Amino acid sequence: MSVKERAYVLSQDMCAEGIFSLVLRVSFAGQVCPGQFVSLFTDDKSRLLPRPISVCGADADEGSIRLVYRVAGFGTEYFSRLQAEDAIEVMGPLGNGFPLELAEGKRVLLVGGGIGIPPMLSCAEALAYTAHEPVSVTCAAGYRSSDTYLLEELEAVSEVIVATDDGSLGTHGTVIDAVRENGVAADIIFACGPKPMLRAVKAFAAERGIPCFVSLEERMACGVGACLGCVAKTERPDPHSLVKNARVCADGPVFDAKEVDLT
Amino acid sequence: MSSEPRMEVEIAGVRFRNPVMTASGTFGSGMEYGRFIDLREIGAVTAKGVAIVPWEGNPAPRVAETASGMLNCIGLQNPGVETFLERDLPFLRESGTRVIVNVCGHEPDEYYGVVERLNGVPGIDMLEINVSCPNVKAGGLTLGTDPKMLEEITAGCRKRASQPVMIKLSPNVTDIRVMARACEAGGADAISLINTLMGMKIDTERQTFVLSNRTGGLSGPAIKPVAVRMVYEASRAVSIPVVGMGGIACAEDAVEFMLAGATAVAVGMANFVNPYVTIEIVEGIRNYLIRHHIDDVRELIGAVH
Repeated sequence: MSVKERAYVLSQDMCAEGIFSLVLRVSFAGQVCPGQFVSLFTDDKSRLLPRPISVCGADADEGSIRLVYRVAGFGTEYFSRLQAEDAIEVMGPLGNGFPLELAEGKRVLLVGGGIGIPPMLSCAEALAYTAHEPVSVTCAAGYRSSDTYLLEELEAVSEVIVATDDGSLGTHGTVIDAVRENGVAADIIFACGPKPMLRAVKAFAAERGIPCFVSLEERMACGVGACLGCVAKTERPDPHSLVKNARVCADGPVFDAKEVDLT
Repeated sequence: MSSEPRMEVEIAGVRFRNPVMTASGTFGSGMEYGRFIDLREIGAVTAKGVAIVPWEGNPAPRVAETASGMLNCIGLQNPGVETFLERDLPFLRESGTRVIVNVCGHEPDEYYGVVERLNGVPGIDMLEINVSCPNVKAGGLTLGTDPKMLEEITAGCRKRASQPVMIKLSPNVTDIRVMARACEAGGADAISLINTLMGMKIDTERQTFVLSNRTGGLSGPAIKPVAVRMVYEASRAVSIPVVGMGGIACAEDAVEFMLAGATAVAVGMANFVNPYVTIEIVEGIRNYLIRHHIDDVRELIGAVH
C-alpha cells in the first residue's frame, strides 16, 4: 500500500563527489523491498513532477529509508540541500522490487553501475540477513573512478569486485569485464545501472544461461501506473495494455532480462 | 444557511455526487488511484481512452516536465474496448463511482465501433468522445478541429449510444465557439474542454527533441488561464453543459472554472503531484460554499457571465 506523506529528514551526507545519502523518517519503512523506489517532490511549484529515486535501505525499527542518489538536475540538487529536520513530500513504496525469493540457496551475482549501485546494496543486505537458505553473494560494482561510495558497506555483506571507467581501482573497464576477469560463477543475476551496462549484463546472462533480472529507468510522471508515461518495450504483451509496452513504474522497474528489449 | 451545502450536479440527466471528476488519461481506469482515495467520494472517474483494438502508443520518452506543467506524447496506449469491459469496468462498477468512458479512434468508423460496443452496457454513465488528442497521427485532433467533421462524428456517436455523449474539445483551434456550436448541432449532450495544448521541448545540451514524438500535449497549471477563457467562451456559445478542465490543482481553481461556466470540472495532471487532490478539491469546494454562504454548488455555474 503506497502513501504520500510529508517526511522528516533524519540525516544527509555526501558519500562521494555529487553522490548524496539521504535518510528520511517515513511511515512505510517496514513495507519496502529491495528494488522498489519512492517519488520525491520539491516544494518549487513550477517543478511539479515527482523524481523517482531507488531505495538503498530501509530500517523498519527506526521507521526510516535511505536514498543514495546522484545530483543530476534541478530536483536532485534541491534534495541535496536538505538537512536534518527539514521536511519533504515523499510517495512510496513504488514498483515491484527484485524477486529475492528466487535467490534462496543460490550463488547470486549483483551488478551495479554508477547510481545503480544503491539498490544492489539493499539486495546484498537483504540476502545476507534474511535469506532462509545460505546464499553466496558477489557484487560487481562499476564506478567512474576511485571516488567510490557504499563500497565498505557492500564489502560487509558480500564479495565485491570493482570496475572503474578510468582504471584507478579494480578492473579498468566495465563491470562485465570485471566479472569475466574474476571468473565469477553465478546461478542468478540482479542488475541495476545505465542501459548499455544492462544490455551487456543481459548478453552475459544469455551466453551463460543464467536467469537475470534488471531494474530499468525511464522518464516518469505519475509513478503509480496511471499515466503510461514510462514504458519499456517487452517481448510479450504487457499485463496492462496487452501491447508489449510495460509500465516501468508499476509493472517494473524490475523485469526479467529476457522479457525486455534493451536496444 | 443552516445545513451542508448541496454539492450534486446534473449533466444530461446523470446526477453526480459532486462536480469533481478525473481527466481522461491521468487516472487510468481508477485502479491505481483507488489505492489512495475512495472513488465514491468524487463526482466521476473518466477512464483512459479506449479504442476498438489495443493501441501501443508512442515510444519512450513520452513525458517531460515544463514550467508549472508537463508535456506528454503517450499516444493513447490502451488495451482496447474488450479488455476494458472485462477487466476495468467491473472494478469501476464495484468502486461505486460514476463512470465516464473516453472513446478514441483513428477514423469515424473506429469511434462508432467502440460506441456501439459500449451502447447499453450497464455501469457506464456517459461517453466522452476524444476528438482532441494531439499525439496520434490520424483521428484525435484532426477530427476535432474541423467543425463539419466534428458535427458529423458527434451525430454518429449520438445516434449509436444509449448513454449521454460528451465531446472533448481541443484548444488548438482559432475559435472554440465554432467547435462548441458544431457539437451542439450534432446533438452532443455536453462538451468537455480543454484537452492539452500542443507544445515542444528541446534539450539544449544534446540539441535534440526531449519527446520521442517531437511534439506533445501541454497540461498542468501553466495552461489554466487559457482553459478558463475557453470554458467561458464555449459555455456562452452553447446551451449544453460544459465540463471544464486544464490545470486544476486546488478548490479555488475548480471554483474559477465553474464561475466561468462549467457545470463540473475534471482534475488531470494534479493527480500526479498529489494522489489525494481530487478529494481535497471536493472538500475545498464545500468549504468555499460555506465561507461564501452559498447553499448550492450550482449557483457558481457561469456566475460571472
